[in-house]
Amino acid sequence: MSETRNIRVTVNGVVRDEQVEVRLTLADFLRQKLGLTGTHLGCEHGVCGACTVLYDGRSARACLMLAVQAHGHEVTTIESLAESAERLHPLQEAFSDNHGLQCGFCTPGILMTLIELLRDTPDPREEEVRVALSGNLCRCTGYQGIVASALDAAKRMRAGTPR
Amino acid sequence: MKPPPFSYHDPETVPEVIDLLGRCENARVLAGGQSLMPMLNMRFVLPDHVIDLNRVDALSYIRESPDALEIGAMTRQREIEFDATIRAACPLLPEAILEVGHRQTRNRGTLGGSLCHLDPAAELVAAAAALDAVVTVTGRAGVREIAFAQFPAGYMTPAIEPDEILTSVRFPRWPKGHGYAFVEFARRHGDFALCSAAVLLEKTAGRITRASVTVAGLGAAPARVSNAEQVLVGNAASGGLFREAAEHCRRLEAIDDVHAPASYRQQLGAVLTRRALEKANARCAS
Amino acid sequence: MSGRVLGQSVRRREDAGLLLGKGRFVDDIRLPGMLEAAFVRSPHAHAAIERIERSAALALRGVHAIFTLADLLPHLVTERLVVGLPSKSYKQDRNRPALAYDEVVHVGEPIAIVVAENRYIAEDAAALVEVDFEPLPAVADCRAALESDAPRVHRNAPHNLLAEFAMAYGDVDRAFAGAPHVFRESLKQHRGGSHSIECRGAVAVHDVLEDRLTLWSSTQMPHAAHRLLCDMLGRDENRVRVIAPDLGGGFGPKLVFYPEDVVTALAAMLLGRPVKWIEDRREHFVATTQERDQYWDVEIAVDREARILGIRGNLIHDHGAYTARGVNLPHNAAETVPLQYEVPAYRMNVQVALTSKVPVSPVRGAGHPQGTFVIERLLDRVARELGLDRAEVRRRNLIPASSMPYTTQLKARGGMPVVLDSGDYPACQAEILERAGWADFPGRQQAARAEGRYVGIGFANYCKGTGRGPFESATVRIAPSGKVHVYSGAAAMGQGTRTMLAQVVAEQLGGAVENVTVTVSDSAAVPMGLGGSNSRQTVLAGSSAHLAAVAVRKKALKIASHLLEADESELEVERDRVRVRSTHDRSVTLGQIARSVAGTAGYALPPGVTPGLEATENLVIDDMAHANGAAVVEVEVDIETGHVKILRFVGLHDCGRILNPMLVEGQVLGGTAHGIGNALYEWMGYDENAQPVTTNYGEYLLVTATEMPHVENYYRESPSPLNPLGVKGVGECGVVPVAAAVASAVEDALSPFGVRITQAPIFPAQLVALIEEARARGQKNT
Repeated sequence: MSETRNIRVTVNGVVRDEQVEVRLTLADFLRQKLGLTGTHLGCEHGVCGACTVLYDGRSARACLMLAVQAHGHEVTTIESLAESAERLHPLQEAFSDNHGLQCGFCTPGILMTLIELLRDTPDPREEEVRVALSGNLCRCTGYQGIVASALDAAKRMRAGTPR
Repeated sequence: MKPPPFSYHDPETVPEVIDLLGRCENARVLAGGQSLMPMLNMRFVLPDHVIDLNRVDALSYIRESPDALEIGAMTRQREIEFDATIRAACPLLPEAILEVGHRQTRNRGTLGGSLCHLDPAAELVAAAAALDAVVTVTGRAGVREIAFAQFPAGYMTPAIEPDEILTSVRFPRWPKGHGYAFVEFARRHGDFALCSAAVLLEKTAGRITRASVTVAGLGAAPARVSNAEQVLVGNAASGGLFREAAEHCRRLEAIDDVHAPASYRQQLGAVLTRRALEKANARCAS
Repeated sequence: MSGRVLGQSVRRREDAGLLLGKGRFVDDIRLPGMLEAAFVRSPHAHAAIERIERSAALALRGVHAIFTLADLLPHLVTERLVVGLPSKSYKQDRNRPALAYDEVVHVGEPIAIVVAENRYIAEDAAALVEVDFEPLPAVADCRAALESDAPRVHRNAPHNLLAEFAMAYGDVDRAFAGAPHVFRESLKQHRGGSHSIECRGAVAVHDVLEDRLTLWSSTQMPHAAHRLLCDMLGRDENRVRVIAPDLGGGFGPKLVFYPEDVVTALAAMLLGRPVKWIEDRREHFVATTQERDQYWDVEIAVDREARILGIRGNLIHDHGAYTARGVNLPHNAAETVPLQYEVPAYRMNVQVALTSKVPVSPVRGAGHPQGTFVIERLLDRVARELGLDRAEVRRRNLIPASSMPYTTQLKARGGMPVVLDSGDYPACQAEILERAGWADFPGRQQAARAEGRYVGIGFANYCKGTGRGPFESATVRIAPSGKVHVYSGAAAMGQGTRTMLAQVVAEQLGGAVENVTVTVSDSAAVPMGLGGSNSRQTVLAGSSAHLAAVAVRKKALKIASHLLEADESELEVERDRVRVRSTHDRSVTLGQIARSVAGTAGYALPPGVTPGLEATENLVIDDMAHANGAAVVEVEVDIETGHVKILRFVGLHDCGRILNPMLVEGQVLGGTAHGIGNALYEWMGYDENAQPVTTNYGEYLLVTATEMPHVENYYRESPSPLNPLGVKGVGECGVVPVAAAVASAVEDALSPFGVRITQAPIFPAQLVALIEEARARGQKNT
């Protein structure tokens, strides 16, 4: 019983027409169908946040959505952030400068969460950053480098051209 | 942890939903997905049909009337968090919603989904009980209303028939200047509450004229603590009064499990109620 | 202690790919024709397997094969994974089978592998495999396991005692007999699992043409995995290759070689198709090794001045159902108790008990947090009983700097004496107490109490052996391209190993870190290696790479002096070339130097030099470099709810010479967060039938950004004399003192009630109960 549907999803600005099994999660759609492996699976029950993407511009856990739900919608993933491998997004640069990542597995989910935060709150206090991050688990960093990166990125983004 | 196979339906109107519920055996309704999808991924549920409500636009709305606020079942939790109308009319709701999960889960999670999932510790469920919400349910037999006190039929089981869905929730207004507070104890920010207390107060000439005291997390459903309410009504607010009222919450029946013994939950019930009363009172116009 | 790049916070080369979402973790690997696997696992903690019925599962469309041990035996030299670190203390061997066949001994034990088109179908099929079990009694508690009438974890075993040993020196009985003060504590400690955000996983492919099996595995030890595959499959070293791709964290349990690794490999060989198996989080809870329970019953004897005369006691350690690593965890814990203090006599009797649960192996800290908890709780007890400041008691007993290197009377697991190589423990303590405002705290505490707030301060010292030997391999080679290539048996798991090695080598060879390439985590890149564990890689891989780079530098200068017709003493290595120091007018690139000794047919090499510009070093260091430090924690306890809030966290760490301050701070912070988890949140729960009851992230609590305090860390550098870089490991340091310091702080906050903290983790419900009990005993003194 592998019921399938044709879906049209805009991913990182590109319209994709794909046929998917109805039970395929959005996370697996991105990773396996589209080869966008930057979105990671850490728990598949909606707690760790490693699979966080933007869905119609809002952060969401891709492991808790079905690909078929995304028909007609927009999904933004980590792969859309940098202009190129040589020109990283200020948020990504801030992470490298402030040691905001170690193994990097939780990082894409965290970056997508922070993209939303900094868009909605361009000048967040540390407490607001921590609350925003509370839905993303990291086992490597103890979060301090991530918080520093976020605050530094906020400064850079306020100073530079907003993306 | 991948979902089991199922047939998928994404109707666009309520009648279509009802029709599907009537025809599909062993069906589950998919709202925000924050509760159902983990259960599917873990294969705790094995539905033959998943009926996705996310394209039923008619279920997403916020409507004001002089005596109530009506919110459609598919209204996202983030709307409850940010909507100015709700904040003005029913401030207990946004205060409760800030404790619900995280930004990512509130972006998708819905009011109706949370109420129907009926987790004993769910903040929206507690708030609905506190506010004497009235739930509207639609099925083959038509539309009916259920007072929230009658909504939980058992542990995580709402009193709705297999062919019905929750379509909206009406929250009767409390007068302007009423006192409100939602206080919870959770191990970490965003976790399900081990215990929560929701309090609403109305005062006239320094005396409490109306009180709503709800404790959640102790039993299968939130408990309206009428004994506590009775202690409060007619009296002047004071620390001693609040302590006395809160002690009634200690006497509620509570679950005993690996995460917390009953006596601890009862302790939390009393402590959080007292703190919620103080907080609500501070906000309450005399 | 700065060099041109050593001592600098050089940015990590690992970052760009990871930030772009272009990391290659094992689940990102996709090969043509690849199939995916799921395992059928035991739902019982103990049962006999009567029958396995696969027909319904095999009939499912998209299922390629279902293998049990019977199918795999013809292809296995040995059915058991023999992985245990050697020890004379074993009373029985309990090695894991590649798959369970007639008995299962813990929930989660793998019984069969299902290989299908994709994981969804594999899970569908796994659910259809019918296994007839006959449930048998299970053992949930490691103390109960040692009772004579306890059910056997393995039905044919004589008992559940896996191992027993005593760590002892000096005349303990005499020390206690004459002691003015003896205090006893019963301590319960629990640590949970690794919970790297990436679970385990493997992709196996068999290249028929070369008859080579390649396994990508999310492993901390590719060479160990390589060895085991060769041994178990009867293949020689060239016929197997193990590569660790990007690892989403390791923290210990990924150093273990698992049944799933060898079974996935075999499935790929038998099916002639690549096979991928990715562990999901629920599997991680029941099938990946973890730490668990330790019960300590200990006594300390002190003189009237609070100087330690002796420590003795018993430890019962939960081993789980099989040996997946060894008895190193309880050994480390027992060794840590007296380690940093002058303890003239010591005896710890250790019993390692089998239980019907997933095997236990070290998680970040590896027994050191537990040993530290024991000694630090004992010293707090002494302070309280004798009415002394907690810091003063420690001051009187810490091994002084003048005694370094200090040969303890302890023996490491390999049998060599434990020698504390360097470190100034009293100075560390003095510094952290100064920075944390220890002396002022009583005043702040009084003020808070007057407001009805219960705040407390806690403190713990720690000392940890790092850089476990015997060696790590490193080859440094300058190629004709001019690039400096480094190859090492080291294995990266997120801590920046490649950046560290590039810095170490660049320091000797021009200072241009970007000119250095690093290859690690691949059994084919270097013939020998041990990989990541025990905070060892900077010490061992770093030291070998350093020496190799020094050798290459020496040879490069010798060749360059010939090519430039200048004396070696006039030359310097700068970025990609060797040049005359004073004038900078003559230079030759590293690439040109390499070319000159690469050989041209018929032409002689420069005089006195051998071909190639490379060196390999496997520096042997058996003694461990001991890092040390301390933590001071301020907490506030809500006595009505039992909630503990960390108000302030100060850490001090001496990990020897710091090569990259940014990376060191990152390691310490990560360890600290883990320690807070162990102190207040993480509990891997089982019921009385050894059924796991915390199997998702709603029930098993990891620290998030909102629970983490802002941590202030200070550093000291006592270079280790044991290696040429003077470094010590730091990967686990952050976690070691935390539970002890938090317990000390909570106890201090609740001192008006006389509450004693004798376990870790501590939960709010427990604190409320302890306060209740203390109140009932009428011990409130303000």
